[in-house]
Amino acid sequence: MAAKTDTAQWSPAELKEEILKKYPPKVARKRAASILVNDSKGDAASEIQANVRTIPGIITMRGCTYAGCKGVIMGPTRDIVNLVHGPIGCSFYAWLTRRNQTDAGENGENYMPYAFSTDMQDSDIIFGGEKKLRAAVQDVYDLFHPKGIAIFATCPVGLIGDDIHAVAREMKEKFGDCNVFAFSCEGYKGVSQSAGHHIANNQVFRHLVGTESNVKPGKYKINLLGEYNIGGDAFEIDRILEKCGITNIATFSGNSTYDQFSTAHLADLSCVMCHRSINYVADMLEIKYGIPWIKVNFIGAHSTAKTLRKIGQYFGDHELIDRIEAVIAEELPAVEAAVAEIKPRTQGKTAMLFVGGSRAHHYQDLFAELGMKTVAAGYEFAHRDDYEGRQVIPTLKVDADSRNIEEIEVEADPTSYHARKSEAEMQGLESSGFRFKDYDGMIPDMQKGTLVIDDLNQYEAEKLVEIIKPDLFCAGIKEKYSIQKLGIPLKQLHSYDYGGPYAGFQGAVNFYKEIDRLVNSRVWGYMKAPWQEHPELSATYVWE
Amino acid sequence: MLLRHTPKEITERSAVVINPAKTCQPVGAMYAALGIHGCLPHSHGSQGCCAYHRSALTRHYKEPVSASTSSFTEGASVFGGQSNLLQAIENIFTVYGPEVIAVHTTCLSETIGDDIKQIRDKAEKQGLIPKGKHVIYCNTPSYVGSHVTGFSNMCKGMTELSVNSGKKNGKVNIIPGWVEPSDMEEIKRLAGVMGVPITLFPDTSGILNGPLTGEFKMFPEGGVTVKELIEAGDAVGTLALGEWCSADAARSLDSKCKVPCRVLEMPYGLLGTDRFIDALRIIAGTSVPEDITRERGQLVDMLSDTHQYYYKKKVALFGDPDQLIAMTEFLTSIDMLPVHIVTGTPGGKFEKRIKELTAHLPCEVHVKAAGDMFLLHQWIKNEPVDLLIGNTYGKYIARDEDIPFLRFGFPILDRVGHQYFPRVGYKGGLRLLEQILGLLLDRKDRDASETKFELTL
Repeated sequence: MAAKTDTAQWSPAELKEEILKKYPPKVARKRAASILVNDSKGDAASEIQANVRTIPGIITMRGCTYAGCKGVIMGPTRDIVNLVHGPIGCSFYAWLTRRNQTDAGENGENYMPYAFSTDMQDSDIIFGGEKKLRAAVQDVYDLFHPKGIAIFATCPVGLIGDDIHAVAREMKEKFGDCNVFAFSCEGYKGVSQSAGHHIANNQVFRHLVGTESNVKPGKYKINLLGEYNIGGDAFEIDRILEKCGITNIATFSGNSTYDQFSTAHLADLSCVMCHRSINYVADMLEIKYGIPWIKVNFIGAHSTAKTLRKIGQYFGDHELIDRIEAVIAEELPAVEAAVAEIKPRTQGKTAMLFVGGSRAHHYQDLFAELGMKTVAAGYEFAHRDDYEGRQVIPTLKVDADSRNIEEIEVEADPTSYHARKSEAEMQGLESSGFRFKDYDGMIPDMQKGTLVIDDLNQYEAEKLVEIIKPDLFCAGIKEKYSIQKLGIPLKQLHSYDYGGPYAGFQGAVNFYKEIDRLVNSRVWGYMKAPWQEHPELSATYVWE
Repeated sequence: MLLRHTPKEITERSAVVINPAKTCQPVGAMYAALGIHGCLPHSHGSQGCCAYHRSALTRHYKEPVSASTSSFTEGASVFGGQSNLLQAIENIFTVYGPEVIAVHTTCLSETIGDDIKQIRDKAEKQGLIPKGKHVIYCNTPSYVGSHVTGFSNMCKGMTELSVNSGKKNGKVNIIPGWVEPSDMEEIKRLAGVMGVPITLFPDTSGILNGPLTGEFKMFPEGGVTVKELIEAGDAVGTLALGEWCSADAARSLDSKCKVPCRVLEMPYGLLGTDRFIDALRIIAGTSVPEDITRERGQLVDMLSDTHQYYYKKKVALFGDPDQLIAMTEFLTSIDMLPVHIVTGTPGGKFEKRIKELTAHLPCEVHVKAAGDMFLLHQWIKNEPVDLLIGNTYGKYIARDEDIPFLRFGFPILDRVGHQYFPRVGYKGGLRLLEQILGLLLDRKDRDASETKFELTL
């Protein structure tokens, strides 16, 4: 294919072909299945390959299982000491780098500004690290007396066979007043962070959920699952929930505490934000404790309103429904005013989103509110159901990498299970169009002719930007500056570039302003010096 | 308080490290490898290591950091990573086309015992390494030493390329150690002013402080070339700056190519720079031009102008051995009192050298190798200081204890400038002094009563 200079000439299929042609044949075949031209809305043919191994040597955005477990899921809980068993690096890199905000008040327990490690040395690798781990757990207990100590395995731990779970059990028994539990989240497990989310959530469910019974007062009690309080998102969501009179029992895991997890079984509804990282916990909470779950989205003002109404409809109480409507009516004018002011400057601009396991989908709502089109999107570590919808789950192949990630079998708890709604009530809701456990995935929400790409890599990102020239690219820190060198602003949707919150109503306004700043910045116009723009020497220059 | 659980009372800990003053080897190897022109660093392990190291370096430099990984899964961890690395080498040369791939290992591949040399040789036999291209490597087990060790190991790995052709080329090798791209530029400038032809390796200037032009160059201009690394074996001598970062590579060149070496401490501050310039003069057999003597004089001048503000001010510092040793000497040379000094990197030699440098001080000096920032914070609680020097993680201590804070070392995540403004050499010394003075006087201005508020320094 001849080089094309005009963006409009490229059809998505040609673009895909252009991307693939540089790869060795085996790599091209594999990547072809992860690049989908979205030309069949809702059609069963739109199958995308996801959650498969990264190709060695291809510069991926992905991280590891440990990052997903310690960094993403357990990182945001402030009063559990996270002790990393391994060489120093893993603990160092996960130290405060995820921007999970927390509010411990003046005197609350907060270990998030700390990094704890067993700092394994070569002698520990040779002779085993259990002794050192035991001593480190004792050190932590003696110094801080925390409610909980979580132990995380790093790569060498699994290889040398340290039994971290046995150490955890032993120390928990020894202390009596400190819950010690462990995560076999070695970095080599699975194919991405996603495996680590699963390992983390399983252990939270096994060791924390349902262990206490002092419930927060409130008439409408929910859990918020898969919200990690980046940039204060969970604070904004809690503000809105409180205003509506909804009690948030537990957030998994933004701004969370030990007690939130341990009482999560007392909520009456689970609201799932990030489907990828936690849908299985929602299932387990339902099976074991009888708590139904719904998919929600607090990213985007209208999605937030829709989510609140869905919660209201679930509880079916007019007092709540009216209050929710009043809150929406109160909050929306500021949002609409911001849209009216900003949209004329953002309308028609294009964005690409390659991030996470839910944000590449959720944030499309915010861009739509600004009149911007998402021309290409994909996840870093999602599975096919996050692209195509939950109906594909029964057909997902279990491969060697996913087989090793434990699935917990749960059953109804003999004492704590109780159905939150009668079967008739559930059916009544469903027949009126209310959908439990639903998620249609990203693809149906994307326009025809857009590109959906799983596990996008650096070369593909560069190619996409060069050819399509979007107005904005959304990804993470590793991608930020290579894209920006091309003269296209990149918005980090992991760390929010140290801004936020972007969830809820006030968050939406923050986001609109930020996008306005990015796509209309003058900075990107300074790349060429005057003498580069006009290198010719003026022949008619006359000294006066 | 951010670090609200740190008690003032220091108790013995038997195993746990809290708030480390070091990280692991591979990130150092990656940083060093970025200082080779046309090089793609490659992490042989699971992909999280590479993601973490790239993120750390990117946050520090605000620049693209390209590096690839062998993306181990459980299978590779059991059966060995050979097939992953062979695939990676083929894919990297096909898709990215670097001149050289610099492989470093991880705790994962080290624990299972992958033999990188054997895999590299196999790749060569299979024709996966295009003619004229190179794969270099070093072993960087994360459970030995620290990021500093990894940096040193990759520098040593570079010397594997060097060849002694039997004919000296008149150049001097300078191994700058783990300093910023701006510092490397400054070292090149100083050598240029002195008219000494040098090979600087690694050299990240131009790579991690590049311009915005609308073009993304995966392999920017800059960096030591493979050709220069080969010819480093013909140099008249090597100056290694820093025992921890650079000495091994220099000694390797000495034993392999008979290039004599001298190991100096890093050229931070007046005395360190004096020794550097003097050594360079002697090794190159040249004289020091007036321009450099003038720069030196400016530093002495500024020092004498502002000495009263440094005099007997207490300082706590943490970071890496080579930088801390040079910084400690600088601080004592301006009559400041470095009273608490911690590195996470192990090594008794560090404590010994710091004790030598501070022996003449009229106060007790706490120093610890293989220490952590938790201990440093406890020391500070017991004996407060006027200034804290270290990487960005120090800001939590600085805020809790209300101490002026100079960012110095790796990583600096929350400020810019280190990419562009050197702190080595005499000009770098001026900048260090200016920054320290600014911090101390801002504090003085903040704390002074209205009556005692001063217009002039």
